[in-house]
Amino acid sequence: MADRPAPARRILVLLTVLAGLAGLAPDSAHAVLPEEVLADPAHEARARAISRELRCVVCQNQSIDDSDADLARDLRVLVRQRIVEGDSDDEVIAYVVSRYGDFVLLRPPVKGATLVLWIGPVAIVLIGLLALISYFRRAGREAESAGR
Amino acid sequence: MSRRFLFLLPLVLIAALGIGFWFGLQRDPQALPSALINKPVPEFSLAAIEGSARGFRRDDLLGKVSLVNIFGSWCLACRIEHPFLMELKANGVVPVYGINWREPDRQAGPEWLDKFGNPYRLVGDDPRSEGAIAFGVTGAPETFFVDRKGIIRYKHAGPITRDIWESKLWPIVQRLRAES
Repeated sequence: MADRPAPARRILVLLTVLAGLAGLAPDSAHAVLPEEVLADPAHEARARAISRELRCVVCQNQSIDDSDADLARDLRVLVRQRIVEGDSDDEVIAYVVSRYGDFVLLRPPVKGATLVLWIGPVAIVLIGLLALISYFRRAGREAESAGR
Repeated sequence: MSRRFLFLLPLVLIAALGIGFWFGLQRDPQALPSALINKPVPEFSLAAIEGSARGFRRDDLLGKVSLVNIFGSWCLACRIEHPFLMELKANGVVPVYGINWREPDRQAGPEWLDKFGNPYRLVGDDPRSEGAIAFGVTGAPETFFVDRKGIIRYKHAGPITRDIWESKLWPIVQRLRAES
């Protein structure tokens, strides 16, 4: 019995391995084809980072970095072209947004039209908390007055 | 409101949410609002397709109300709207320009137009989506309505049918033509 690891430790090992695999997964899923990759590694790294922020407008829940769609591929090539031509990251993203709107950004910008999106969840949790607090306070008061 | 009716509040909220979802879920998530409405047509210049002398570029659109149609021989819905585009051409209703998007090879687009007829005033070859991305296209067919000044005024996604043309699209062309 002593030479076998305790169940708790086995579970811990299993969890560690799974966490490691999960950590690997997102990066191994990208769809960039070998012939798309730029010669300059710094350029390529920037292109990858930008591509991960841009939504594939055909498949919608993937970034263009992940997507195998033809249009996503052409957008990746366009991103790389513009980087090579000397655009900054913001300029490349602004170019794509000017064509497809904020919708292509997987992280929508904070502005008037998206305020509900950003503040909504926090506001709902706050309202819920306030309702809970007021409920328990009242219940406490009632219990007190009943106990007297 | 009396506190006696407070218990109704969650019901009312859920009903409101339900109504919101009822309408929200009927919207087509593929139909994106175009970021280019009321913006000038972006600069682009496409080569001619095979067998044709001239390509298609931004400046071809200036000075008249015109339509820009994204199509491909691989696109089934394009085949559906094609006879109607031919009719528009035959009756000289409005000039339609074509962007031949992402053909599998150089012959596919021209062959398709030879077989079914060419409804376009000019066609640009767009193998690398240069034109499609300039117009913010997400699928084919899509049709853009461009005014005299070269401003994109309307986008129609999906095939143009006679119904849609008569009820919605032709009035838009007339409205744009009425502008100075």
